[in-house]
Amino acid sequence: MDGYYAWMIVATALVLMMTTPGLALFYGGMTRAKSVLNMMMMSYIAMAIVGIIYVLWGWSMSFGGDGTFFASPFELFGLKGVSTDNYIYVMFQLTFAVITCALISGAIADRVKLSAWIVFLPLWVTLSYFPLAHMVFSCTDAALICTKIGAQDYAGGTAVHINAGVAGLVLALIIGKRVGFKRDPMRPHNLPLTMVGAGLLWVGWYGFNVGSIVFGDDWSTEEGAAANLEQFFSETGRTFTNTTLATMAAILGWLLIERLLHGRATTLGAASGIVAGLVAITPAAGAVDVVGAIAIGAIAGGVCAFAVGLKFKFNLDDSLDVVGVHLVGGVVGTVLIGLFSTSEGAGGIDGLFYGGGFGSLGDQTLGALVAIAWAGVFTAIIGFAIKYTMGWRVDEEDEVNDGIDLAQHGESAYDFASLGGGGGHGIPSAVAQADAEARGVNA
Amino acid sequence: MKLVTAVIKPHKWEEVRAALEAFGVTGMTVSEVSGYGRQKGHTEVYRGAEYDIALVPKIRIEIVVDDDDVEDVSGIVVKAAQTGRIGDGKVWVSPVDTVVRVRTGDRDEAAI
Repeated sequence: MDGYYAWMIVATALVLMMTTPGLALFYGGMTRAKSVLNMMMMSYIAMAIVGIIYVLWGWSMSFGGDGTFFASPFELFGLKGVSTDNYIYVMFQLTFAVITCALISGAIADRVKLSAWIVFLPLWVTLSYFPLAHMVFSCTDAALICTKIGAQDYAGGTAVHINAGVAGLVLALIIGKRVGFKRDPMRPHNLPLTMVGAGLLWVGWYGFNVGSIVFGDDWSTEEGAAANLEQFFSETGRTFTNTTLATMAAILGWLLIERLLHGRATTLGAASGIVAGLVAITPAAGAVDVVGAIAIGAIAGGVCAFAVGLKFKFNLDDSLDVVGVHLVGGVVGTVLIGLFSTSEGAGGIDGLFYGGGFGSLGDQTLGALVAIAWAGVFTAIIGFAIKYTMGWRVDEEDEVNDGIDLAQHGESAYDFASLGGGGGHGIPSAVAQADAEARGVNA
Repeated sequence: MKLVTAVIKPHKWEEVRAALEAFGVTGMTVSEVSGYGRQKGHTEVYRGAEYDIALVPKIRIEIVVDDDDVEDVSGIVVKAAQTGRIGDGKVWVSPVDTVVRVRTGDRDEAAI
């Protein structure tokens, strides 16, 4: 128990790091230079707002009791009656709620008022995330996805990634395209930020997946504690290994498809492959063996690399590919459990390739569909409610001209002028120095 | 007097400057600019989306010289900046009526 408790403190801090700064950097680098601060701010704001909501009624709605869809938001309101011994588990789950909300922001980059995002966050986390977290993670007697359907989801392929991916899809449709989508170049402005962000997400994800262990026995009895300790040793090794290998395979899967389709293997492809692999192994981390993990990672990397191109065909401005990476990756990981699950794993269920028949495949598919439907309905309700009241979009003038950073925050990310040039085009410092020397000689 | 303006590849700037200094050019104005010529920029691919990048970064050098030095100076720039590949840039010369040195008020040739 001591070791487990210490690990949960570390794991919780690791997942916190995934959102701030991991996801903020990953997304920030992919936006245009005039929108990077707003993009990063959406993650930081999600941290502040969702975190506070979580201790007020989030923990209670997700883990405060039984229910098919959710538990009572009032039972443990404000952590009333929750022992401080259990606070670290509350904090661990808090970080999941935060990053799920923050993930959505990539689909609606560059164009949303900060005030609309601030109103959206508490509504969405309450209506879409807390219920799905209850259905998937609480595993109470009535919980829909975990117990009634019996779908395996180790760390949140459904509740986190499908949930956020569907929300991104629905919001991108409701909010609409950026001005100039498909016409103006909107290429990533700083890929090194994105590479750093992807690396931080990868490291943080060990907290996310390996910290999601749920014990089968009672710690208070001697036999139970011994059994739990044995589970701790074997299962954390499995989830850590699967998380690592699936991610590695996904990098290669993404780069291979990219090389075949577009002729080059790119750094953005590698960073995206990392995230796609991590997303797909999230539900499967405990269920599969090493071969299964590599297969799931490689498939997810390849499928997502293909999927991110579809938004241009459908004219959908999912700006940073939340759908292509999180929805598609989440579905791939969740459904492939039905093929690669092994009864030696945490769930004790054999998938189709391990002699278990189609049962698991059906359960997994149903679990994914429930998550898609739930997130779709509630995101649409909130999305339209905000659209027809306060409105989502910044003024078109602000979006097109100075950009959302200046319009919403009164800041700009980069001060080019101070490097020595004028008119916003700085001379590189080496050139500026040489120029100063030349002028010195001249004077 | 003439104004020699050169738009060159950024990585050629140090060579051009060294060659001009060796010739005796004592000052110039340099700016970072972007533009394109016949090569029409290039394409980049991000997550499968192709972008035409029209503007290519360049360095612009401006030097005011005596009429006698025009051929030498423009020749030095061309020689030092040349790689033989597309996008090497341009050098052009235009007439200058008057030059004043701000510090002393010296005019024309004395101010160069």
